Amino acid sequence: MDSLKHKLPPIAQLGPFIALLIACVFFGATTDRFFSGENFSLILQQVMVVGVIAIGQTLIILTAGIDLSCGMVMALGSIVMTKVAADLGVPAPLAILAGIVVTALFGLVNGLLVTRIKLPPFIVTLGTFNIAFAITQLYSNAQTVTEVPELMTWLGGTFPLGGSNVAYGTVLMILLYLGVWFFLRETAAGRHVYAVGNNPEATRLVGIPTQRVLLWVYVGAGAFYGIASLLAVARTGVGDPNAGQTENLDAITAVVLGGTSLFGGRGMVLGSLVGAVVVGVLRNGLTLMGVSSVYQVLITGILVILAVTVDQLSRRAAR
Amino acid sequence: MTVRPVLLVVALAAAGLAQAQSQPVIGLITKTETNPFFVKMKEGATEAAKAKGAKLLSGAGKADGDNAGQVTAMENMIAAGAKTILITPSDSKAIIPAIKKAREKGVMVIALDSPTDPADATDALFATDNYKAGVLIGQYAKAALGGKPAKIVTLDLFPGHPVGAQRHNGFLQGFGLASNDAKNNELAKPAEVVCMADSFGDRAKGQTAMENCLQKAPDVNLVYTINEPAAAGAYNALKKAGKEKGVVIVSVDGGCEGVKNVGDGVIAATSQQYPLKMAAMGVDAGVEYAKSGKKVAGYTDTGVTLIAAKPLAGVESKDVKTGTDLCWGKK
Repeated sequence: MDSLKHKLPPIAQLGPFIALLIACVFFGATTDRFFSGENFSLILQQVMVVGVIAIGQTLIILTAGIDLSCGMVMALGSIVMTKVAADLGVPAPLAILAGIVVTALFGLVNGLLVTRIKLPPFIVTLGTFNIAFAITQLYSNAQTVTEVPELMTWLGGTFPLGGSNVAYGTVLMILLYLGVWFFLRETAAGRHVYAVGNNPEATRLVGIPTQRVLLWVYVGAGAFYGIASLLAVARTGVGDPNAGQTENLDAITAVVLGGTSLFGGRGMVLGSLVGAVVVGVLRNGLTLMGVSSVYQVLITGILVILAVTVDQLSRRAAR
Repeated sequence: MTVRPVLLVVALAAAGLAQAQSQPVIGLITKTETNPFFVKMKEGATEAAKAKGAKLLSGAGKADGDNAGQVTAMENMIAAGAKTILITPSDSKAIIPAIKKAREKGVMVIALDSPTDPADATDALFATDNYKAGVLIGQYAKAALGGKPAKIVTLDLFPGHPVGAQRHNGFLQGFGLASNDAKNNELAKPAEVVCMADSFGDRAKGQTAMENCLQKAPDVNLVYTINEPAAAGAYNALKKAGKEKGVVIVSVDGGCEGVKNVGDGVIAATSQQYPLKMAAMGVDAGVEYAKSGKKVAGYTDTGVTLIAAKPLAGVESKDVKTGTDLCWGKK
């Protein structure tokens, strides 16, 4: 029963789509430039870094964990890949790989501390958040890396599609979402992720290696942060040591807005994409209206509380 | 016989005290340890302290906005005998009770780079005139546009920050538009400003803000940015839209990355400020206070220079080489 529940579309999972729809209709009615292919393409580009981080974050939250280190790990990954290429002359594909390996290693450390020493994910990732920040600053000397190989910015480029230009990075983001959605829905390993979040004890008793599932979730999340590192480099054209400081909360916001339960075991990864897009739409639409960015923060805060309330109430009703 | 060791100890202690008195202790507290601006500031303080025979203690908050970290650093420095504290307040209001306590103990407190709120909470302020920094780039932008009607995008800091308001309003004033005065914390918005957005002084957020503004106002021809990372983000957005050629970007700061961007044609002009000088003047004042007991007071402008690759008639500017000599960060 439990394993089936996440496939049904309860209100918590329709919520983000409704919020997105309302925001789009509102901005479409109040500004004349909102509804255009170009503008939507832009919003997707603006959310692609947080969007891909949110994939990793969703996996971890589905196991009833949380990852505060994600944004800083992403920043470290982008510094590693750009600096390894610029300073050591390593070919771009290898440098990109080096960055992703570093972020996956951070995932491994998080995962080992959570599974082996049984530390709470919140504290573990708070620690690695600080460690990743410090390493980023020390390794980069707080200097932006501006010599970036062309290959690393390729994903920031665009191709024409139906009269507007779509960035390769946003296509990659959507493909990653579809891949993870399929993985969670159709594979045994994917269903184990839900099971671990739902009831770890029962999951262990039916013979699923819960610790190993958890460990791989953290490593996989780390790898997604590495892909986000590449997207960040592609988008800004540099390795920025000051990036990533707010992305952890931005990613958690996207996941929560997307209807995934912070208590674990319930949610849909595609919701996180919608959650990230909602925040991007608010920022874009309010700028078009000429309204201060404080209101975006205000509305986002209200939506988060609404999303968590809906989740809590539907959870209570399900009992 | 037993008296002698005691005498010796007393003599040693007295010598130690004399030593401590002859060497003034000065504390420098920056917003962060890693930002190149503050690294340069610390460099200036270290050099000045060495030249004047003072002992420099330095500390910082963990990140911009970390008030508690600055308070802890200040308490530790006063415990270590600092009679002068130089501080770049992360939070212009929250730091005031700690400063008040320090001054009650006879410590001279000088704010560097940005004022406390109210400014007279510290003995003195050594900082850039941010309004003037804005005026200079406004005048340059006016000359660069050469009489064309301006369509301006402003990428500001974040709501409510006095430095953000001073630069923004100074820029509009320098351009010759209706603006607010230097004491006003409201951002002026004359009709020529077609889009205002917050960049948080961050490259990626500046890029996003510029992209959204381009959707609102595709025919922009002048971009004011709060600092050089935001300017670099704005340029990237313009380049992606194929509009970087027809748009003038002006900025404030004068870091080496920013000055290099002026040379590369990314930024047309920037107002350079001088962290090294702020710190060196602070140390000098601290040494003077230790010697004569005379405190400095009020506001001292540490100067600002317009750096531009292309000099324009009627606007005084210095070239990229001069800017590079005086910049902070990796050259």
